[in-house]
Amino acid sequence: MKHLDEYRDEKLARTLVERLRRTATKPWVLMEVCGGQTHTLVRYGIDGLLPAGMEMIHGPGCPVCVTPLETIDKAIALAKTKGVILASYGDMLRVPGSMTDLLRVKAQGADVRMVYSPLDALRLARENPSREVVFFGIGFETTAPPNAAAVWQAARQGVMNFSLLASHVLVPPALRALLGAEGNRVQGLIAPGHVCVVVGLDEYRAIAREFRLPIVVGGFEPVDLLEAISMLTDQLEEGRAEVENQYTRSVRMEGNRHAQQMLADVLEVCDRKWRGLGEIPRSGLKLRAKYAAWDAEVKFKLAETRVEEPAECISALILQGHRKPTECSAFGIRCTPERPLGAPMVSAEGACAAYCQYRRHETESELAGGVR
Amino acid sequence: MCLAIPGKLTAKTEEDGMLCGRVEFGGIIRTACLDFLPEAEVGEYVLVHVGFAISRIDEDEAKATLAYLEELGELQAELGALEASHEALG
Repeated sequence: MKHLDEYRDEKLARTLVERLRRTATKPWVLMEVCGGQTHTLVRYGIDGLLPAGMEMIHGPGCPVCVTPLETIDKAIALAKTKGVILASYGDMLRVPGSMTDLLRVKAQGADVRMVYSPLDALRLARENPSREVVFFGIGFETTAPPNAAAVWQAARQGVMNFSLLASHVLVPPALRALLGAEGNRVQGLIAPGHVCVVVGLDEYRAIAREFRLPIVVGGFEPVDLLEAISMLTDQLEEGRAEVENQYTRSVRMEGNRHAQQMLADVLEVCDRKWRGLGEIPRSGLKLRAKYAAWDAEVKFKLAETRVEEPAECISALILQGHRKPTECSAFGIRCTPERPLGAPMVSAEGACAAYCQYRRHETESELAGGVR
Repeated sequence: MCLAIPGKLTAKTEEDGMLCGRVEFGGIIRTACLDFLPEAEVGEYVLVHVGFAISRIDEDEAKATLAYLEELGELQAELGALEASHEALG
């Protein structure tokens, strides 16, 4: 067993793997949704520890990756606008739009700032009253409430030179699109731990019922993932399709009510395009009309554009588990983390980027045990 | 992107009308917004995501998670981003 000695709790990891190998009688196909979990799985070679035939599909849970090219182009256009300070999370600054990225336009003189928190962007606005501060806010349900809170505070404090360019996405609609697609292979799901810290388990219960799908809310460390995989395998072997919580140290059944309230007050559901997956109805969040004064799309009258994604990119097939990153003709050659063609190569949490970082130099035969 | 790091709440404060807390992460103390976790008490460990406490967490679990994130280099990366953000504001 490779890598097991690197685990925080090697003994527990070994016990879980042995238990899993005793329990699994079929080649179950499971999906982890969260990009952080994908990164851990690939880094520690967890998929290679599974019983023969069992497989992990790496889902679309990297919000940086799925942010559409058009939205990144909008952020770049804003950064180039006179008087504007464009602030965003560090991960977002490196992602190329259709022509360039935010770090490059910064090097060319645009005022682009990396911030850790949306509240830092709001403070920038208060401290630079003669400038327009645009916060490029992305994220799933975990990050939407903090981004919403910055707008709420701006409204409360009357900070009129602050606005949000929002690219928020919701996990359940994307899951329903994937699970309902023809040829779906997913038989069990590891739900994203920190999304569930905020939203709770209700919606995942509905998905478990709709698709008769076992779901386990999982944490982010190697033993968390092994335990979640083991719990899913138990459910599959016993014919159950329930929602269970492996990540009990952080996730409460009802989620975080305060964060949910903030989200609902400031944001509303809208249709959203996902890079790599296309348009998914009611899968995003936008600012409510009462916060239009802080909506960068409204404030700067941003024009809608349409950018085609490179035809060679097979990201939709990868996100549905029909192909592995190493089976793409562009992988590691015409598509790298430095010059990504599509969504899963964009950030370290994307499946292709994780394979590139940890498996680029392995041969297909070495991969065989872990990947197929 | 959804990374959240555990820290110890050392004081509760109010800043610009927001409920805030001083949170210690591996030796560095930073302010986090407590609006989503007003029930958190001084001395408890909280999970912080982009400057907002989102959940309480048991002390032993928090320490184990911190050790794991440190080994991975992710704690340093997150705290680095936090520091850089602080400097960007001057």
